Amino acid sequence: MTIEAWLRAAIADADARKRPELKPLLEALAKSTAALRQADFNDDATR
Amino acid sequence: MMTIEEFGRQLRDGTITAARVTDECLQRIADDNPRLNAFIRVMADEARQQARERDRELAAGHDRGPLHGVPISIKDLIDIGGVPTTAASRVREGHVADRDAPTIAHLRQAGAVIVGKTNLHEFAFGTTNEDSAFGPARNPHDVSRSPGGSSGGSAASVAAGMALATIGTDTGGSIRIPAAACGIVGLKPTIGEVSTDGVVPLSRTFDHVGPLTQTVTDAFLVFHALLGDHIARPPAPMPLHGIRLAIARRYFCDVLDDEVRARFEEAVERLRGAGAHVDEIEIGHADLISTVYLHISLPDAAAYHAATLEREPEKYTPNVRLRLEMARYLLAEDYVRALAGRETLRREMDAALTQHDALILPTLPIPAPPIGSATVDVAGRPEAVRAMMLRLTQPFNVTGHPALSMPCGTTGSGLPVGMQLVGGRMQTDALLRVGLACEPSIRRGRGGV
Repeated sequence: MTIEAWLRAAIADADARKRPELKPLLEALAKSTAALRQADFNDDATR
Repeated sequence: MMTIEEFGRQLRDGTITAARVTDECLQRIADDNPRLNAFIRVMADEARQQARERDRELAAGHDRGPLHGVPISIKDLIDIGGVPTTAASRVREGHVADRDAPTIAHLRQAGAVIVGKTNLHEFAFGTTNEDSAFGPARNPHDVSRSPGGSSGGSAASVAAGMALATIGTDTGGSIRIPAAACGIVGLKPTIGEVSTDGVVPLSRTFDHVGPLTQTVTDAFLVFHALLGDHIARPPAPMPLHGIRLAIARRYFCDVLDDEVRARFEEAVERLRGAGAHVDEIEIGHADLISTVYLHISLPDAAAYHAATLEREPEKYTPNVRLRLEMARYLLAEDYVRALAGRETLRREMDAALTQHDALILPTLPIPAPPIGSATVDVAGRPEAVRAMMLRLTQPFNVTGHPALSMPCGTTGSGLPVGMQLVGGRMQTDALLRVGLACEPSIRRGRGGV
């Protein structure tokens, strides 16, 4: 799942749960996750 | 204010009794707890009874060791049999612990007198102690400011002389942050060294139990008692001349309040002047510490709280509820990436310590923040309080290395500044010996108010 798709789904779920105040937290978390995914310690099936 | 060492000397030469010092602590609690809100539960009757029993034992020739008769407070996240463990949350209403946590059992065997259970950030999930079902604890140096967290009530209790030592927990800095904010010593041992059984978890991967005290010697004594070694005597300090310290300035000194930076640099210069070697080093992946920390600690917390978040979310304080709800959205693949990051960071920290006795860095980038502030100005830029509080402590929860926070002066307005020493994994005693060596050079007065 891409981070963009994850963020859309997470915000939609938060809205459905009537918790829109989660949106800024999820957006901040998405930035953190993006940094994690770009790290050079991640496994890669081509290596 | 008396240290455990001083207490022991005076107890054994007959100048004081455990009952008298316990009464003095209880009197300070009665006087100051309305102002500081450090205690959730005061165990006055039990404490007086325990203290009298310890005095009778000593008179009969039974000396349990350095903690014999010492009044100690306990973070209300740790089970004491027959007493509620509230975790500062309404979610825990009705809970009563059926037995002592192993650490509490060890303290009792060591002869400690338990004066009560201290306030904390709800479920230890915060760094300021503001979100508590019992209201915020306050900093004895300035009651408009946070005592740090999550073991904020614990630190306040020692800094204000309500106990000679306290037991806290540390998942991202919750012993060292309040120790620094309140001007006392805090020790996070190596991961797994002190039992976390009978402790309400925040992140089972990163949770630690350890002491907050007035001096490094006292931290040694309480740390050993927590391990079940209640007759340990403090070791000789490592000779300061020739000690090898390392500073990783990138990341660890990038964002510091001006006065914190000044106190830290002064401490480093004093250590240099006393003969310590101080080298500059790099931790290659330091910029990824907080993201690795989040992607492991949040799933841990989410798993523990999922059922109660579904069943009775309104019982959580709003900020803690919000962060726990966010935690439930993390993906398993990102958790696995973070585990790989943890190993990388651990290797880098291990490598930095192969040539050095300890890393040296500030504990908090800022002095204790005003209660209710979400951001603080740091060197002219607004920064989030939560990120600032965790920035320099969470790295060693991720890597598991032992870390010791010690006071190294105050700001112009009298707020304490703390400095950390970080040692090799499973070398907590060696770290404490480094701390004993450094303490006289960096300390400016005792931490209490």
